[in-house]
Amino acid sequence: MALGAIILALLPMYASNYVISIFIVLFANVALATAWAFFSGATRYISLATASFFGIGIYVLAIAHVYVPVPVALAAAAIVGFLVAAVVGLSTLRLRGVYFVVFTFGLTELIHQIINWWEINVNKTTSRYIFTDVPNVNIYETLLVIALITIVGSWYVSKIRLGFALRAIGEDETVARHSGINTTRVKVLCFALSASVMSLVGAVLALRYPYIDASIAFNNSWSFQVLIAALLGGAGRAWGPAVGAVPLVLLSDLLAGSFPHHFSIALGLCFVVIVYFLPGGVTRLILRLYHAWWAEQTKTRTH
Amino acid sequence: MILFEVFIGGILLGGMYGLIALGLNLQYGVARILNLSYGEFFLGGAFTAFFTIMLWKLNPMLSVFISIPIAFAMSWLIYQYMMIPLVRRSPDQDALDADVVLVTFGLFFVFQGLALVNWSGDLRGYSFLSVPVNVLGATVALNRLVAFLGACALAAAIFLVLRYTRVGAALRAITIDPVAAGLVGINVRRFSALTFAAGGALAATSGMLVSTFISFSATSGVEYTLKALIVVIMAGVGRVTGTLAAGILLGVVESLGGYLIDPSLTIAINFGLFILILLVRPTGLFTRA
Repeated sequence: MALGAIILALLPMYASNYVISIFIVLFANVALATAWAFFSGATRYISLATASFFGIGIYVLAIAHVYVPVPVALAAAAIVGFLVAAVVGLSTLRLRGVYFVVFTFGLTELIHQIINWWEINVNKTTSRYIFTDVPNVNIYETLLVIALITIVGSWYVSKIRLGFALRAIGEDETVARHSGINTTRVKVLCFALSASVMSLVGAVLALRYPYIDASIAFNNSWSFQVLIAALLGGAGRAWGPAVGAVPLVLLSDLLAGSFPHHFSIALGLCFVVIVYFLPGGVTRLILRLYHAWWAEQTKTRTH
Repeated sequence: MILFEVFIGGILLGGMYGLIALGLNLQYGVARILNLSYGEFFLGGAFTAFFTIMLWKLNPMLSVFISIPIAFAMSWLIYQYMMIPLVRRSPDQDALDADVVLVTFGLFFVFQGLALVNWSGDLRGYSFLSVPVNVLGATVALNRLVAFLGACALAAAIFLVLRYTRVGAALRAITIDPVAAGLVGINVRRFSALTFAAGGALAATSGMLVSTFISFSATSGVEYTLKALIVVIMAGVGRVTGTLAAGILLGVVESLGGYLIDPSLTIAINFGLFILILLVRPTGLFTRA
């Protein structure tokens, strides 16, 4: 994995601009899907709020980069995402099941409309321009680092007490509470951590946009694409969502430009296939095949 | 006076929301399936009505003879062949909900994609019964009044069926406890499938009624799914009369809010109400505590 990271880090020296921009989208999706699975995969609270936090990151950058240097604006995006998620989490994480899904789905629409209204009525504009000259290579390296830190961080948390607490909540929240876990604190903390990564990714990607408006920033398709990437790869493992993001980003690059409606159909079919045939994601399938192959190898050797 | 007209308009609009939500509430209340592709069935009814008047120059109300059987059959097939395997393998309602949310979101994407490919994303609308009538001193369009009365009649019919027939008693029993209902000899699977199908048919019918006065496009299905969900959660799962009342409440709040604050904030107002109810009374306004 370290070797792969080094190869990816050196890639921009040799690759074309087109390849770099595909990798930028890929790293963004990997970081988003890993962050999503970090909270939702373990606790089984299916969140469709990814686009909300992503969009918040975009807007924070668009507003802040006029006044402060870009790195400060990026940090501000992560902090604002964390704080908004903490407030949202405190008030809504006691909703379970479909109520939580529907609430998070609506949240993006709600923020979208409020910001749109604010921009039109208070700032008398519908869009904001982003004046930065950050080269693509820097965006590439930044997102690569964010994606790697998210994966390693998610893996590390799954090994410590916090990760066990998260999984216990996913198994049975009442039991978790009775065995002494402060479920509210764990849930809100992890929800906010995951959201701050989403906001940060949104802010970094916003550096590539010449201008933004509320419908670019708060686009629900991000929520769905990230959800599918995570489930396709397998939300139960730290590296699962990254595996799922690869085919999805390639498919999106292939279809979304020229056949956007067909991409939406393919996404829909992905949902159905995952539920019926790949409940643990591709990584579980790979691991199962690998274990079967390994068992076969050791058997022939002992004979 | 304008405020009163806005209020009446809100009631008429809310009646429609109630009707739209009724099918979803039946599906979730009896069959225990939260159908997030519900709005696409609604849209199917709306498109059938649109093509009936634009292509065949017929009364759009006649379109229900096509859209109801199709919506009924498709919903029945979805329940029978896609939902029952999930119901079988799920240990509890939470696990079932998680799977169902994903599958019906998937269906939503597939249906919406197919609609976009075949009918494009253009906004559709037609003029039907758009003459002003006087209701209690307020002027409203006849098509809205007809749709409202249609909604009330359908809700009343469903209420009577549930309240006074054997089938209705069986459905109410399933709503309260599907396991116990099975123990007293009710064929839960069969009734659930039929109710789920009837819910799809109701979605198509309300789509036809709404299309007479609101324009729609291939992507507007999800908006109605969300509105219906808000109404179901406001009313409480499985409540029929409560659904109509909650729909009317939502319509009035939305109209008054849009008029008094800002019409571009209607979704925000909807969600404000929705979040408030989820936080204060998550079991719904019209359920006994």
